[in-house]
Amino acid sequence: MIRIEPRPQPSRLMSYLSPLIAVALTLVTGIIFSGLVGMNPLDAFHAFFIAPIDDLYGLGELGVKAAPLMLIAVGLAIGFRSNVWNIGAEGQLTAGAIVGGGLALLFYQVDGVWVLPLMVLGGAVGGMAWASIPALLKTRFNTNEILVSLMLNYVAIFLLSYLVHDPWRDPDGFNFPESRLFSDAAMLPVVLEDTRLHLGSVFALIAVVLGWVFVRKSFVGFQMQVAGLADSAALYAGFRRRRMVWIGLLVGGAMAGIAGLCEVAGPIGQLLPSVSPGYGYAAIIVAFVGRLHPVGILLASLLMSLLYLGGESAQMELGLPSAITGVFQGVLLFYLLAADMFINFRLHVVTPTVGAASGKAAS
Amino acid sequence: MTETVIGILLATLGAGTPLVFAALGELVTEKSGVLNLGVEGMMIVGAVCGFAVAAESGNLWLGVMASVLAGTGMALVFGVLTLTFQSNQVAAGLALTIFGIGLSAYIGLDYTSVALTGIANIHIPVLSDIPVAGPLLFSLDPLLYCSFLMFAAIAYFLYRTKAGLLLRAIGESPESAVSLGYPVIAIRYLAVLFGGAMAGLAGAYLALVYTPLWVEAMTAGRGWIALALVVFATWRPGRVMVGAYLFGGVTIIQFHVQGFGVDIPSQLLSMLPYLATIVVLVLISRDINAIRLNAPASLGKAYHPSV
Repeated sequence: MIRIEPRPQPSRLMSYLSPLIAVALTLVTGIIFSGLVGMNPLDAFHAFFIAPIDDLYGLGELGVKAAPLMLIAVGLAIGFRSNVWNIGAEGQLTAGAIVGGGLALLFYQVDGVWVLPLMVLGGAVGGMAWASIPALLKTRFNTNEILVSLMLNYVAIFLLSYLVHDPWRDPDGFNFPESRLFSDAAMLPVVLEDTRLHLGSVFALIAVVLGWVFVRKSFVGFQMQVAGLADSAALYAGFRRRRMVWIGLLVGGAMAGIAGLCEVAGPIGQLLPSVSPGYGYAAIIVAFVGRLHPVGILLASLLMSLLYLGGESAQMELGLPSAITGVFQGVLLFYLLAADMFINFRLHVVTPTVGAASGKAAS
Repeated sequence: MTETVIGILLATLGAGTPLVFAALGELVTEKSGVLNLGVEGMMIVGAVCGFAVAAESGNLWLGVMASVLAGTGMALVFGVLTLTFQSNQVAAGLALTIFGIGLSAYIGLDYTSVALTGIANIHIPVLSDIPVAGPLLFSLDPLLYCSFLMFAAIAYFLYRTKAGLLLRAIGESPESAVSLGYPVIAIRYLAVLFGGAMAGLAGAYLALVYTPLWVEAMTAGRGWIALALVVFATWRPGRVMVGAYLFGGVTIIQFHVQGFGVDIPSQLLSMLPYLATIVVLVLISRDINAIRLNAPASLGKAYHPSV
C-alpha cells in the first residue's frame, strides 16, 4: 500500500525538478491531444515548438513575447513571495499603456530624446497608480486585494476602450477605434536587426537582475520572504505588514506598467482597444513555474512565449484555434501544482505490519 | 410606467440569477473551508458545454445537464489539486480560471454564430394574471424558480440539518472534525463539487436563458463578482440573494441610463458593476470583526490529515 506522508524537510531537489516534470507532462498531454484530434503528433510538435523559432526573426519574436511576461512576472513574484496576491497585472499593464501611450500622443511629432524616457516613466507611474488602489484599500480597509485588483482589470480595459473610441481616436483613421500611430521619437528602437526585438527586452533583462538583487541582497526582500513563509514570525520580528503590501503591489504595478508601455511603443505602435493577449494572467503562471525566482522566471517566460508563438503557428499551419494556448497554459500550471506536492510530501510504501511482525518472529 | 418598472425588475432578476447560483455554490464550498477562486472558469466552461449540447441535441434540458456536469468536472480538477495534492488554493483556483477561459474558447469555436431559442418562461395559470405580482413572480423561467428553491434548500441544509452543521464545523476546525472521526477530505470534496455544479448552472443560465448565445469570455467577470458577493454577504445565504439582485440591478441600470437621456459613454457605464463590487467590498471589509467572526476559520488553508 502506498501512503502520502509529509517529508521531515521540504525537498530542494523536488522544487527544481517539479517545473521540469510539469513541462514534460504538458508535452505528453499535447502529444496525446494532437493524436486524439487526428493529427500526426510529430507535425503538431514541429508546428508548435520548432517552426516558430527556426530562423532569426522567429527567435526575435520569442524575445518580443517573453519580454512583457518576464517584466510582469518578476514584479508579481516579489508580491507573491510575501503572500500579496496581485492578480491585476493585466489592468496595471493597460494603465501603463494608457499613461505612456497618452504621453506619446501628447508629444505627437515632437522630436526629442526625452520623449521615450518620459513615456517609460509614465508607464511605470500608470501601473503603480493602478496598483496603489488595491494597496490602499487593503492597508486601510482590509479589502481583499485579489478581488479588487481583478475588478480593476475590467475597469482599465473599458477605460482604454473609451479613450480609443472617443477622445484619443485617430482623426484620420476612418472612425476605427484606434489612436494615431506614434511618431518615431516615441517608438522603442529595435535592438536586433531584421527582427522586431526591441529595447523592452533589455528592460526585461535588467528587471531580472534587479529582481535578483532585491530578493537576495536587500533587507526588505528578506522581510517579505519571511512574511510569506511564516507570517507570525514576521509579525514577532516587527516587520511591518502594510509596507510589504505596498511594496509588493507597487513593484508589480510598475513592472506591469512598463510592460504595457513597451507593448504600445514596441510591436503595436499605437493604442488599440486591446493591447495584451492576456500577458497579465499568463505572467502569473510564469511566476509560479519560475519558482518566484528571477532566473527561473527568465526561463519560464521564454517557455510561455514559445507557447504563445506555438499557438499562432499551429493556427496557421494546422488550422488549430489559438485558444489552445490558454488551455495548455492552464494544464501546465495544473501539473506544476500537482508536482509541487512532492516538495513537502513523499510517497511511502507501507509494508503490511502483520507480515513484518511474523517475519521478525521467524528470525 | 408600471410596465417599465416591471420590465426593469424582471431584467434585474435575470441579471442577478447567474450570480445567485454561482455565489450560493461558492458559499457552500467556502463553508467547508475551501476557497475556490476558479468560479469564473467553471462558469464559462458550464456555459459553453450547455450551449454546445443544447445546439447539437436541440434539447435545452440536456444542455442544462451538460452545464452542471461540466462545472462539476472542472471542480473535480480543483478538488484533486487542492484536496489530494495539497496545492495552494489561490494558485489552483487561478489555474482553473485560466484553463477554463482557454478551454471554453476552444470548445465554443463552432458555436459563436449559432442562434438558439432560450428556455421559455412558465406562466402559472391564474396566478400569472395578477397585476404586477403575476409577471414578477408567477411567469418566470424554470431555472429562476430553481434558483429560489436552491436558496431555500441551502439555507435549510446549512442551518437546520446535522449534515449542514458538520459542514460548517469542518470549515471552522478540520482538526476537531477529524478527531471526531468524520471524513474531512471526502466532505470537502462534496462541497467543492457542489460549488462546481452550481457554477455550471450559472453558466447554463447565461448561455441558455439570459442571452441565449455563446460569446467568447461571455461570463465577463461574473464568477469573480460572485466570489466578492460571498464576502459581501459575510457568508450568509440570505444576504447573497440580496447582493446578487443588487448587482443585477447595477448591471441593468447601465442599459437604461442612456434611455433616460443621460449622456455617458457606454464604456464608462460598463465599468459600473466592477466599481460597485469594489465599493461593497470596502464597505464590508472595513469592519474587520464582521469578516473575522463570519468567515470560516480554516478558509483557504490546506489541510492534510497526517500533518
